[in-house]
Amino acid sequence: MNKTVNQKAWFLVLPVLILVGFSAVIPLMTVVNYSVQDTFGNNVFFWAGLDWFRDMLESERMWNALGRQLVFSGIILAIEVPLGIFVALNMPKKGFWASFCLVLMSLPLLIPWNVVGTIWQIFGRVDIGLLGYTLAKLGVNYNYTQNVIDAWATVIVMDVWHWTSLVALLAYAGLQSIPDAYYQAAKIDQASRWKVFRFIELPKMAGVLMIAILLRFMDSFMIYTEPFVVTGGGPGNATTFLSIDLVKMALGQFDLGPAAAFSLMYFLVILLISWVFYTVMTNLDKRDGV
Amino acid sequence: MAKITLDNLAHSYLKHPKSDDDWALKELNHDWVDGEAYALLGSSGCGKSTLLNIISGLLRPSRGRILFDGRDVTDAPTAERNIAQVFQFPVVYDTMSVGDNLAFPLKNRGADPKYIAERVNSIAAMIGMEDQLKRKARGLTADAKQKISLGRGMVREDVNALLFDEPLTVIDPHMKWELRTQLKQLHHDFGHTMIYVTHDQTEALTFADKVVVMFDGRVVQIGTPQELFERPAHTFVGFFIGSPGMNLFEAEVSGTTATVRGVTVPLGDSYAPVAGQVQIGVRPEFVRLHAGGEGLPARITRVEDVGRHKIVRLEVGGTTANAILDEGTPVPAGADRVSFDAEAINVYADEWRVAPGTAQGRAA
Repeated sequence: MNKTVNQKAWFLVLPVLILVGFSAVIPLMTVVNYSVQDTFGNNVFFWAGLDWFRDMLESERMWNALGRQLVFSGIILAIEVPLGIFVALNMPKKGFWASFCLVLMSLPLLIPWNVVGTIWQIFGRVDIGLLGYTLAKLGVNYNYTQNVIDAWATVIVMDVWHWTSLVALLAYAGLQSIPDAYYQAAKIDQASRWKVFRFIELPKMAGVLMIAILLRFMDSFMIYTEPFVVTGGGPGNATTFLSIDLVKMALGQFDLGPAAAFSLMYFLVILLISWVFYTVMTNLDKRDGV
Repeated sequence: MAKITLDNLAHSYLKHPKSDDDWALKELNHDWVDGEAYALLGSSGCGKSTLLNIISGLLRPSRGRILFDGRDVTDAPTAERNIAQVFQFPVVYDTMSVGDNLAFPLKNRGADPKYIAERVNSIAAMIGMEDQLKRKARGLTADAKQKISLGRGMVREDVNALLFDEPLTVIDPHMKWELRTQLKQLHHDFGHTMIYVTHDQTEALTFADKVVVMFDGRVVQIGTPQELFERPAHTFVGFFIGSPGMNLFEAEVSGTTATVRGVTVPLGDSYAPVAGQVQIGVRPEFVRLHAGGEGLPARITRVEDVGRHKIVRLEVGGTTANAILDEGTPVPAGADRVSFDAEAINVYADEWRVAPGTAQGRAA
């Protein structure tokens, strides 16, 4: 087939290039620009090379934040994924209650992040919060502003409350796509409940679960608003995750250079993990698609 | 192995069925004789699969009982009934190997590993997948997957019955023939009670000892292929079985003759007066064509040569009809009359066959 060569067609792509340029490339390049320069104010900049990157890689502060972040994401995934699957398995398959559960499950997903943070901030307060007050009355020494364990527990429970629905809804969609014949065949083969889960439900959910895990990982890895509203990163630095630390550095201390280097590395870590997930997922698809 | 009895069985998918149409399966009494091969034949949506799922226990009937060797199992779960069932679309456990798939029903029942290996090997040989036992089931073609499903259905030797729900729909034609032959062989060797649901008459007639024809939620006839051919109990059977199906003509019947559009047609038997909408049915194989003489006026619209025989499409008094001529027989020149073999004519009142010599009623 003869293809018509028409270089003018490039003009059709131009609007997208401009849009992406202004919304992504240029801001990112500004960050890159800051990351290799230093300033003493007055808009005077000096070339700093890779110093900031070296600094940040040696900075205990960043490694601690990264460590906390990984622990947080790990705990979130370890709770939300099994819990979401469990909820999905126990949701009604059809009828009024199925719709009811779906609406109920989506509610937390619709609440803005800082509202979620505010809700839990108040909910956990010892003086007026329902949770904090009740715990105090029951004799439990709970205070998320002073106790590290309590702060972590509050932030984790809050995230579980906010986002388990997402995993559950995705898992539910996966479950709904399994034809009845599979369950019938399993009954005839006398498979136990566990085997039905292990050999029918889990393999059929694998695709959506990968997406759920990816979404939950990315989201929890970038979490900012909710812990910021509830604990402000405290007590001390106990709940200072990467984003919170980054904002403190960039806006609180106005250390633009290190913050820029930090955010670039942050970005690369996320990119790397996304790539790994993407590769794993497409390989799963390939196995399916033969 | 067991005799399966359906006692006043009926099923509706609605909670409160009102009219007759609400019943997916109308009241039914039947014994499935131990060790026979049955085909359940009917068009889509006639209740075949419903009946099958009731027998296997996947569905609880709204009314009536189901008995295995006289024991009421209406409320017994599927596992307790010890039945094997193969579904229309392949069900395989993707993450398991082919061999593990075949072994699954036996493993779940805690069978001896040596016995399992033995059975898996013989079933694999039967479905022609010996060399793929180690392969993962994921990514196999649909017919390979269906062969695994079939194999999984047959791996247990002690089942009460083997149920097949249109299992060969997704299989290639040449493989279809082979698998069907193997199923027959299996039936011959082990004598399982087999119920085979299909909408393909060739499949039904070649597979089964007895064919159960269903129409609109009702069993309209149970019989050997020959009975279905010679004495269809319902016009649907006449029409559905045979290619082309039975010719039907509005008629008035009295004694040993029928009158079709003013022409007298001799019958093979004597009939008591018949009420209702009366039709006579005659298979194309028993329609004779000739020029002039006795019989109904007819016009040939088309002749189709299908190899073994010729199908002559006719127009008889405003309705279409068919005749079959042997390959060697030429279409008579100037043929404008049809007559029928008197012995091969069946009389129907309101769709149901009338037995000769009796008053109106359903045929035995």
